[in-house]
Amino acid sequence: MATCWGFTLFLCMLLMACGGLSLASEEAEPRNSQTDTGTGSSSNTTGEGGHGAGPITTLPIVTWKWHHISTQYLVALWILVAWLCKLIIESNHHVTNVIPESALLICFGFVLGGMIWGADKVQTFTLTPTVFFYFLLPQVILDAGYHMPNKLFFTNLGAILVYAVIGTCWNAASLGLSLWGCHMGGLMGDLDISLLQYLLFGSLMAAVDPVAVIAVFEQVHVNDVLFIIVFGESLLNDGVTVVLFNVFDAFVSLGGSQIDATEIVKGIVSFFVVAFGGSLVGIAFGLLISLLTRCTKNIQIIEPGFIFVMGYLSYLTAEMLSLSAILSTVFCGVLCQKYVRANMHEHSVQTVKYAMKVFANGSETIIFVFLGISAIDKVIWVWNTGFILLTVFFVFVYRFIGVFFLTWILNRYRLVPLEFIDQVIMSYGGLRGAVAYGLAVMLDENKIKEKNLMVCTTLIVVYFTVIWQGMTMKPLVTWLKVKRAEVNELTLLEKMTNKMFNHTLVAIEDISGQIGHNYLRSKWKYFEEKWISWILMKPSARKKQDEVFNVFHQLNLKDAMEYVAEGERRGSLEFIRKESVAIDFRKKFESEYSEDMPDMRANMSNGHRATSTTRERIPSVSVEMHKHTMKAMTEAEAVNAHHLLDQHLYKSRKQHRHRFSRSKFIINKDEKEVQEIFQRTMKNRMESAKMGSSPKTIVKHTKKEHQRKMPKGKSISQTKLCYSCDEVIFIGFSEGDSASGYDLPYPSFPMRDSRPGGGIENSAFVSDLYPTDSLQTPPWLAEGELDSSMVAPSLRAQASPPTSPIEMRHLGLLRISTRSTDTKQMNNDQLPLPPTPPPPPPPSSHM
Amino acid sequence: MGSSSSSRNKIPNAQELMDQTGFSSAHLLRLYDRFECLDRDNKGYLSPDDFEAVGGLAMNPIGGRIIDAFFSSGQDTVDFSSFVWILAHFRPTDRNRNKEGTQQELPDSRTRKLKFAFQLYDLDRDGKISREELLQVLRAMLGLQVTEEQLQSIAERAIQEVDLDKDDAISFDEFKKSLEKVDIDTKMSIGFLK
Repeated sequence: MATCWGFTLFLCMLLMACGGLSLASEEAEPRNSQTDTGTGSSSNTTGEGGHGAGPITTLPIVTWKWHHISTQYLVALWILVAWLCKLIIESNHHVTNVIPESALLICFGFVLGGMIWGADKVQTFTLTPTVFFYFLLPQVILDAGYHMPNKLFFTNLGAILVYAVIGTCWNAASLGLSLWGCHMGGLMGDLDISLLQYLLFGSLMAAVDPVAVIAVFEQVHVNDVLFIIVFGESLLNDGVTVVLFNVFDAFVSLGGSQIDATEIVKGIVSFFVVAFGGSLVGIAFGLLISLLTRCTKNIQIIEPGFIFVMGYLSYLTAEMLSLSAILSTVFCGVLCQKYVRANMHEHSVQTVKYAMKVFANGSETIIFVFLGISAIDKVIWVWNTGFILLTVFFVFVYRFIGVFFLTWILNRYRLVPLEFIDQVIMSYGGLRGAVAYGLAVMLDENKIKEKNLMVCTTLIVVYFTVIWQGMTMKPLVTWLKVKRAEVNELTLLEKMTNKMFNHTLVAIEDISGQIGHNYLRSKWKYFEEKWISWILMKPSARKKQDEVFNVFHQLNLKDAMEYVAEGERRGSLEFIRKESVAIDFRKKFESEYSEDMPDMRANMSNGHRATSTTRERIPSVSVEMHKHTMKAMTEAEAVNAHHLLDQHLYKSRKQHRHRFSRSKFIINKDEKEVQEIFQRTMKNRMESAKMGSSPKTIVKHTKKEHQRKMPKGKSISQTKLCYSCDEVIFIGFSEGDSASGYDLPYPSFPMRDSRPGGGIENSAFVSDLYPTDSLQTPPWLAEGELDSSMVAPSLRAQASPPTSPIEMRHLGLLRISTRSTDTKQMNNDQLPLPPTPPPPPPPSSHM
Repeated sequence: MGSSSSSRNKIPNAQELMDQTGFSSAHLLRLYDRFECLDRDNKGYLSPDDFEAVGGLAMNPIGGRIIDAFFSSGQDTVDFSSFVWILAHFRPTDRNRNKEGTQQELPDSRTRKLKFAFQLYDLDRDGKISREELLQVLRAMLGLQVTEEQLQSIAERAIQEVDLDKDDAISFDEFKKSLEKVDIDTKMSIGFLK
């Protein structure tokens, strides 16, 4: 509580500062506006004129340059203030449990507005349509689209469209006509509003607001279907509102007498053009983003930026073409999400996800605060009891009527009908928000005499819906026992069964001779997988699509995280090795790895791509690998390996972490460094082996060959040579119960051929060599590390016998032909494990 | 609609079927047409071959299992009433009807739907999904995307996470429990029979 008050105090002080500054700026502004006539350097000149007017007599050390930065400063300050409001609100959970955050933010806005009013006697800061539509809204919409649960959305698209299009038209028409009727009936006294203006007002009030809906519904957790319908409607009905608004705005300008059938037909046509045009623009940009992310591998660090820039561009482009910008952005996000997520690196995907939330949540906060602030302005408050109350009443009632009527129709076709209470919540969730306010402010005062009354009424409706309905939503949901969203734990069987249901339904539709949704969906899926993914996804991303497998992967990741957490709690990961779950994990581990087998094989043909794919694909899995390797080890091995690792890897790694780089996060992504580490390890091993007094040269030789040839990989023959060396070595090693550390560059192929049970000692040695750094690095870092994944295969290799006889033969041949004599030597080399390895290598100088 | 009433008479035990399954007579008629269409030789029953002739089923990864589901064990024919009975599993659950507390459980109830799904897994019909059975389904559905070892570990894990009595297999109760939160009604229903 104390902190809360502290914050409030701080906020007030900020406000005062803000107010004071703005006062200054206010004073300065009239002058500015008179003197500047749009010259670019205006702020500069007035800024200087503001303070040190006279000729300079001496060099000023410090000058007060408020006017240089006043705008930017105020923007930043306001963002800060708005976010601090949210901070205060969210630190009081007992309050947010009762009153939704959006309502509280508006109330804070009232307070802030009051302070400004008190200081300035005029409302300096209001939410202007430009700021709202171009700077605050796009990211909220993009976020909504990008994080849209696609399947749910498209399954319910029919219903959503019905509500969004017909429902909104109904709201607009009914509100406008009823108000006009009441006006005619004399309920509102003397107002200068024509029928067209009523309809215009109705159309701007019609749309359910996405921002408000998200804010409220996110807190109540209603079931998925209900949520997606309200949410989808709020997003899509914007297209309708904007069209209606524009059409009626034009009609108002034309005047009643000019409107004939052609104009009305034009209006209807423009509706379709605006809505579909906007969607098309969005789809085009979605495709563009997907294509772009296919080839951003080399500029990974700004990869996430593309989503934002392109998303914003899709908004602006649609706006430029006077199409529906919101629809455009929504569809852009909906379309690109799947491909973007598959194409981009996992880190970029996370970045986009969080950055998107930061922007969206941030601007949502600002929107609500400013909605509150805008209210404290004497200019807009024109009271007309009849008009205002009737509007609120009609908005509320017609929403109910519309929803119930449309649901009644829809339920005849829906598989699972919407229940009565669902309909109540849907109607009650018809929140109006900033979009309506923005449109109201955009009204032209010259044409519409009662603009201020309309703005004022809009605000009241917004407050009524957001604050009152938002507040009562939760109790209502509880009281009506609306089905809530269940927190589903991810289970494999469930995912599997779901998939099976889908197949079953398709089959049953086949058997019963119907062409239903499921049939169409399966056809679409087939088409999508075959063609669209092929174009929009990069080849390496295409394989890992299966849902069941993804769930499996996520579960494993979660496990790994838990292990790390547990390990940290207990002080080390030692316990993992002590527990005897080894078998399971070993199995799992194998499968993880084998996922990569096929495409590595495929890539064998061109040598250096093998490494690049490995790198790309493995990181996400590597956390599990750490774990699994750990598990699979016996204690003795672990100690051994631990020791080694201490000696070899920690230091250089850590030092790298401290480097600053604008373009790279993960040091080990760098091939050079991987090689460096590799070399070092090798060197150490050699030295230690020398102590065991046996010729290490051959190993070293092959090692070098790898390093030389791998990265270049220019000719197949070269790489082939490489492989053969590898293979030989591996066979040799496996025979001698050793090896696996050498396979860094080629994890897959040779390993497969080593024998089960082979290389136990070495596996410990090697696998710990790298993976142990998971002790030191958090999983999210470790995840991206290449070297760990490189090591993993060795373990696998021991467990899996040669899979195909052909390979065996192949290898055998090679071995005989090239290096069969070396094996013995190598065996000798490998046997003694370094008891006292040399001192840690200095940090790599490569980077 | 004279034709409909006449064809309705063709259907054996029409009234009884309607009571048992909750289908309306229009549904039954449609299904009967379909049944006759599938039954190419006018045998009065369907054999597995008749099902296999359905185009889409050949493409369906678990098509074979679904065909099997139509045949009770040991039999290789299915007559119309069994055919309808099986299809009735895919009716959207009729809420009103269940509320009235009808004495017998309709095939569209949640449990029945689940049972049907369970039987798709349970090849040997011993009331348990063994690891091997799970693996077969997985193999069919995931196909070439995933390697055999991965399949194995997925199956392993899937069993582990629901296996309460540690018998290394999934019983129907365990199955039901693990799918408790799934909206079977939506996922196991087809609009066509509405």
